[in-house]
Amino acid sequence: MLKHNLLPMLELFDVKKSFDQPDGTELHILDIPEFEVGAGEQVVLVGRSGCGKTTLLHVIAGISRPTSGRVKIDGWDVTLMEEAEVDQFRAERIGYVFQTFNLLPSFTAFENVLLGMTFGRVKVEKDRARHLLRRVGLEHRLTHKPPMLSVGEQQRVAVARALANRPQLILADEPTANVDMGNQQQVIDLIRETCREENVALILVTHAPEVAEQFERVEYLEKINRAWASR
Amino acid sequence: MSLWKIAWRSIQQRAFSSALTAFSMALGVALVVAVLVIYGVIDQSFRRSAQGYDLIVGAKGSALELVLSTVYHLGRPAETIPYTVCDRLNKESKYTPVVDIAVPVCLGDNYKGFRVIGTTTAMFDRLKWFDGDKLKNYEWDEGGNFAADEPFQAVVGAVVARKAGLNVGKSFPPQHGIAAERGKEHSEFQVVGVLKPTGTATDRAIYVNIEGFYQLHAEPKKEVTAILVSLSTDDPAVQKGLPTIISRDPNLNVQAVNPTDQVTRLLEGIVGNLQRILLILAVLIVIVAGIGVMVSIYNSMSDRRHEIAIIRALGAKRRTVMAIVLLESILLALGGGAIGLALGHGLTGAMSGVIEEQTGVAVSALQFQLSELILVPGLILLASAVGFMPAVVAYRTDVAQSLIASP
Repeated sequence: MLKHNLLPMLELFDVKKSFDQPDGTELHILDIPEFEVGAGEQVVLVGRSGCGKTTLLHVIAGISRPTSGRVKIDGWDVTLMEEAEVDQFRAERIGYVFQTFNLLPSFTAFENVLLGMTFGRVKVEKDRARHLLRRVGLEHRLTHKPPMLSVGEQQRVAVARALANRPQLILADEPTANVDMGNQQQVIDLIRETCREENVALILVTHAPEVAEQFERVEYLEKINRAWASR
Repeated sequence: MSLWKIAWRSIQQRAFSSALTAFSMALGVALVVAVLVIYGVIDQSFRRSAQGYDLIVGAKGSALELVLSTVYHLGRPAETIPYTVCDRLNKESKYTPVVDIAVPVCLGDNYKGFRVIGTTTAMFDRLKWFDGDKLKNYEWDEGGNFAADEPFQAVVGAVVARKAGLNVGKSFPPQHGIAAERGKEHSEFQVVGVLKPTGTATDRAIYVNIEGFYQLHAEPKKEVTAILVSLSTDDPAVQKGLPTIISRDPNLNVQAVNPTDQVTRLLEGIVGNLQRILLILAVLIVIVAGIGVMVSIYNSMSDRRHEIAIIRALGAKRRTVMAIVLLESILLALGGGAIGLALGHGLTGAMSGVIEEQTGVAVSALQFQLSELILVPGLILLASAVGFMPAVVAYRTDVAQSLIASP
């Protein structure tokens, strides 16, 4: 529910996701009647383990298809798209920051950022990759591979990669879960500041109250997800 | 970033197993290259040596043996025929309209294992040699042809000059027999000319004035081992019909053969079959190496599902990750192929001394055969075939599940 006068960047309508279980029954993970995020808005989604946070981000990113319902991003209904179209859409409009960073170990920090803009139809901008790594304070680590970087540095590379394709929406899945306390706040600040600078909408998932309390808009997945409530 | 680079990075990540896989491919390709190059050079050299004249006339018997002993100096010389046959071919009105020159050749002696051939000055003044492209006159590296009225003069081929140390001014005593260390020594001949290399059997022979050759052997009647005949016409009917006419001439009692026909039969029959068998074996080795590429990539797929899922999450389509795996297979095959190409030519270069020693064929590591070009599309095709199965695994990777699974 938009609290400001923003154009909707993300709209979910009656989104349901369930999985078949070995005993033949269905496990309902998501049942979200309505959810919206405005352009450039920053939302934190709070929820306990197993409440469907990652599944929801996968559904929004088009990595998983919802069992039913509609997902619209910037007015485009991704649930109506073919799989290859969704992939293209994700490559050009969505950035993803993973809990485990998910950098490719054989690529340098610079190449990992370039990967973020490789699969869309837009031109690969090496200058932008350098700019982003400079922005996250890693201009001296361009040629270093992930195993040579600290945990905090790896997550900063992941943030730069998520912004590489000039996305309209960034999905951050517990980005501080594997980062030590000292680096936690830096990573959160970095994600929020860079999203603000680039006017990118942000959905950040966390179960940490100290992270959630920094956001103006906090949504509790247990409340918006009817599937969790019914379990 | 290009998909090639992504594939290359994946190879780098598994550097050791990738290197082993590429090396097995390299060995297979090296064998294919060695077989192709060596056969190609032998084929070219055999055909080259068999040109420059149109017919070989010799004693009745095996046509192939006559050609092998006369042109390539291989095997035992055929029985002799009277010298008068040569005169008849050069002078009889029946033959003169089509025969440009008939040159006698006498075999039977050697010097340090190199055949000593008695002939006339016409061998180098009138006959030509084929450089693979066109007929050329013989050229001299040093000195010139022996004189018709100097019976104990000789000229030597380029390999003989180098290996036996026979330069202009040097003298040598031929030995009776066709192999080294055999027979008694004759009087000495003096070298007056060294031929430029031709890449033919001529390079490995010593040519002496036929008059000196006869004086050495003190034979009661003049005989020759073979006669090389150059025709004055290109008319195919004459080229084809003249050997039959000569062979059926009751006054001559000889056989005339077209050396090119015999060489073609030899190469396409015995040598060609051998080459085909070797080539099939080498190709089988390449295919086995290709299966090695498949096993290597396929085995790595379970470890790489997470990586593939990350790439998909960054927006790569299913067919893109499939292409990356196929490109990886192609890079391994082509990389191995390139190493194999270098190895194969290196092997050829390393064997060049032995090949030249045994056959007189000069082989170089830098001699490339046109047929080697087939390796590039062949390897790409093989790599695509063997990379297909792992590529399908990549295509089918469940992104959501693989992202959740630990890397």
